Amino acid sequence: MIEFQNATKVYESVDKSVTAVNNINFHVEPGEICVFLGPSGCGKTTLLRMVNRLIPITRGSIEVEGKNINSMDIIKLRRSIGYVIQHNGLFPNMTIEDNINVVPKMLGWDQNRMKKRCSELMEMMGLDPGQFQKRYPFELSGGQQQRIGIARALAADPPVMLMDEPFGALDPIIRDHLQNEFLRIQKEMKKTILFVSHDIDEAIKLGDKVAIFDTGELMQIGTPDEILSNPKNDFVRDFVGDDRALKRLTLLKVRDLMVLSDGFRKHRLNNEWHGQVISVNENLKTALSHLLSAPNGEVCVVDDHNKKLGVLCVSDFNLFTEVHPKDISIVR
Amino acid sequence: MEILEFVQTNWLEILQMTLEHIELVGLAVGIAIITGVPFGIYISQRESLANLVLAVAGIIMTIPSIALFGIMIPIFSLINQGIGYLPAIVALILYSQLPIIRNTYIAIKNVDPNVRDAAIGMGMTTFQRLIKVELPLAFPVIMAGVRMAIVLTIGIGAIAAYIGAGGLGGYIARGISTSYAAMIQVGAISVSTLAISIDVLLGKFQKRFSSRESIKS
Ligand SMILES: Nc1ncnc2c1ncn2[C@@H]1O[C@H](COP(=O)(O)OP(=O)(O)OP(=O)(O)O)[C@@H](O)[C@H]1O
Ligand SMILES: [Mg+2]
Repeated sequence: MIEFQNATKVYESVDKSVTAVNNINFHVEPGEICVFLGPSGCGKTTLLRMVNRLIPITRGSIEVEGKNINSMDIIKLRRSIGYVIQHNGLFPNMTIEDNINVVPKMLGWDQNRMKKRCSELMEMMGLDPGQFQKRYPFELSGGQQQRIGIARALAADPPVMLMDEPFGALDPIIRDHLQNEFLRIQKEMKKTILFVSHDIDEAIKLGDKVAIFDTGELMQIGTPDEILSNPKNDFVRDFVGDDRALKRLTLLKVRDLMVLSDGFRKHRLNNEWHGQVISVNENLKTALSHLLSAPNGEVCVVDDHNKKLGVLCVSDFNLFTEVHPKDISIVR
Repeated sequence: MEILEFVQTNWLEILQMTLEHIELVGLAVGIAIITGVPFGIYISQRESLANLVLAVAGIIMTIPSIALFGIMIPIFSLINQGIGYLPAIVALILYSQLPIIRNTYIAIKNVDPNVRDAAIGMGMTTFQRLIKVELPLAFPVIMAGVRMAIVLTIGIGAIAAYIGAGGLGGYIARGISTSYAAMIQVGAISVSTLAISIDVLLGKFQKRFSSRESIKS
């Protein structure tokens, strides 16, 4: 659990003072990913770095796992928080293995335990330990370095992670792949994560909560669905974009629409189906795309065992605005 | 041919003076490293102090060596050491400080801020950060400073013979006062040869280390 109470940061310089973070109040539950989203210079990095005291707080307080960070030993605090820096920040003078082992070494782990943990993390990140662990960072591609940066932050299994645009500067394919891996890993790890991004699609995909900032102020915090279906003000509306309804489609699956749609069940289903077929677990954006390209405007929905469940057509999406992931999870 | 004759008859003395010279330079630069590197690290953490220190060190560098030795004599006379080894060593230490302090300072300052940030953010203490990250990354540049200091001191060390420090400069000083050309030439050639060969040697050594340490950063 991480809690911000009136958290404020004012940068003082000789001739002026800049309020980079202004009176922020919210909390993040254990095991949740909270994405900080906003335009460049809005204070995301500043707020993130206030948590491990890389930047001292000016006013207010921040609590991590129930303890005020200013009352904790600064070195202990930092070692208990995984930190993935914008641009990875690997130590160029150390091998990949040594990079990953930095915090465990400081915590006094024995050799065997470190070795095991290192291999485990590299495999988790999809990098073969035998091939990579003795290399230096410059011998890895940008995407591989970024993965090592994440592995290094995870090494001592900290309950809290701070990640500053860990997937920035990657090509879309690798980025998408790493995001999926990250979600898969997080499912088991259940860490409390603060994640900085300036990409709305990434925020929607990864965040349990999304916090949107503008010039140091918290504009809105909520689930991706809340942000997309109920933007609180003009700034948020502009920031998420006019296509927010389309973006919401990615939050829901075909099955979600099926559950609430009586119309859907009534669709007649021939035994002989020659048109397009789509899985019930596909997201609605892909489903809509299929529908738009289907000649007769209909696609057949099948379950995991390829059993036909019904026919979906564009008019089923009329229900879409009333469907929220929150309600669905109750129905399920 | 006078030179060859001189070398033939005096080779043992030449060797001995060369060793003396190396000892003088080694001691001076050794002390300069022990004091200069920590000092360079220290000022790299204090920007305001750094400018002052680098300026003062720069001024010392511009004092002609013979004048600096001259200044040393009255100061060291106070403790009855006006002429000889001690004032020479002190002057040489002062000279070799500048390249060492400056290069240490620059090297530490130039460590990628992201890397430094990562080190702090992961919970390294200042000492751990210096030992594990900043100094290894700064090493090649510090080495370049040391190399510069050594070559510089070999040259200036020859002049130190005038205040009785010994070493190859002795030949030059004695040769000039007795108008013995071969002796001057042998002294000068020996000093140059020593400087060049040590520079080459250090260059090789430096390359071996930096190919492992710095190219990647
Ligand atoms: N050390 C500093 N001194 C003064 N002002 C600063 C300092 N660091 C950041 N700022 C200012 O604080 C504001 C917030 O900066 P911050 O780095 O938190 O932005 P950000 O949201 O992370 O942006 P980006 O997406 O570009 O990384 C900016 O206006 C920046 O200019
Ligand atoms: Mg930032």
